[in-house]
Amino acid sequence: MENTLTLAGQEYRSPLIMGSAQYPNFEVLLDALEASGTELVTVAMRRVSLDGSTGENLFQLLQENGFKVLPNTAGCYTAKEAVLTARLAGEALGTSLVKLEVIGDEATLYPDVEELLEAARTLIEDGFTVLPYCNDDLITCQKLENLGCAAVMPLGSPIGSGQGIQNAHNIRLIREKVNVPVIIDAGVGTASDVTIAFELGCDGVLLNTAVAKAKDPVKMAAAVRKACEAGQLAKQAGRIPRKPYATASSPTEGMIESQ
Amino acid sequence: MKIQVNGEPHEVEEGMTIIQLLKQLDIDPEQSGIAVAKNQDVVLEKEWEETTIDSDSEIEIIHAVQGG
Repeated sequence: MENTLTLAGQEYRSPLIMGSAQYPNFEVLLDALEASGTELVTVAMRRVSLDGSTGENLFQLLQENGFKVLPNTAGCYTAKEAVLTARLAGEALGTSLVKLEVIGDEATLYPDVEELLEAARTLIEDGFTVLPYCNDDLITCQKLENLGCAAVMPLGSPIGSGQGIQNAHNIRLIREKVNVPVIIDAGVGTASDVTIAFELGCDGVLLNTAVAKAKDPVKMAAAVRKACEAGQLAKQAGRIPRKPYATASSPTEGMIESQ
Repeated sequence: MKIQVNGEPHEVEEGMTIIQLLKQLDIDPEQSGIAVAKNQDVVLEKEWEETTIDSDSEIEIIHAVQGG
């Protein structure tokens, strides 16, 4: 297995997709992205300020540094909003990729499945490569796959919660039953969570807060890169079965005898 | 005539095109990474020159920002 991610026939150099939010500044952002080894970086689409303050052009900055942008539809609560945001992103950034988010609840940021499916259907008809942030529900993931999504991106725990992968059984089931790449999107708190995702057989991990809000984001980015490699290697190596009781690993023959 | 730009009321001349509006707002139409919607529909960049803004139009001008 190569340490890459393939989406809709396009190969990306790392299975990690990195968010670009919440970094202390652009310098740390770029250093962390570099340290993570990622190629795909998420951005949000927002209104241009009309007060004349242009600020740095993030899109240009990411492109100049060799990253590809993955626009999201964060903050959208209806299919209609998400579809318009994705279409604007496609036009602004010249990409057919979209991380489709349709949120159903402000406190948990859980997806609204009905709206998500509707938005996915419309955007796939438009020719978008749709990567949906979704629930850890097998049936939802299968429906998204059947619509033509290029991957499914179930949450491991709520966005930004840092609780890690709280639903290993569901993720394992999804990986077993769905044929498109499975990417853990949301919940990662530290490097070991990334390892677990790959040990479960996931094809990618999308993370933001765990790196951006770490005390040292660049060091954490390097850690998640190694964690990703460790998880992929462990998956290939094949873990031992879990057993309820101990099995001695040292030989039991040839022991000295005490009187 | 009155229009809305990014949710704010704006006064513009009748027959103004998207490209003229961008210039009036000091937004460089040549810069990479911006897109425009008129009344909830994307206006392709190649149509900015000839697309005129009607009274009560709702214009959205967006770009990429840091996001997760």
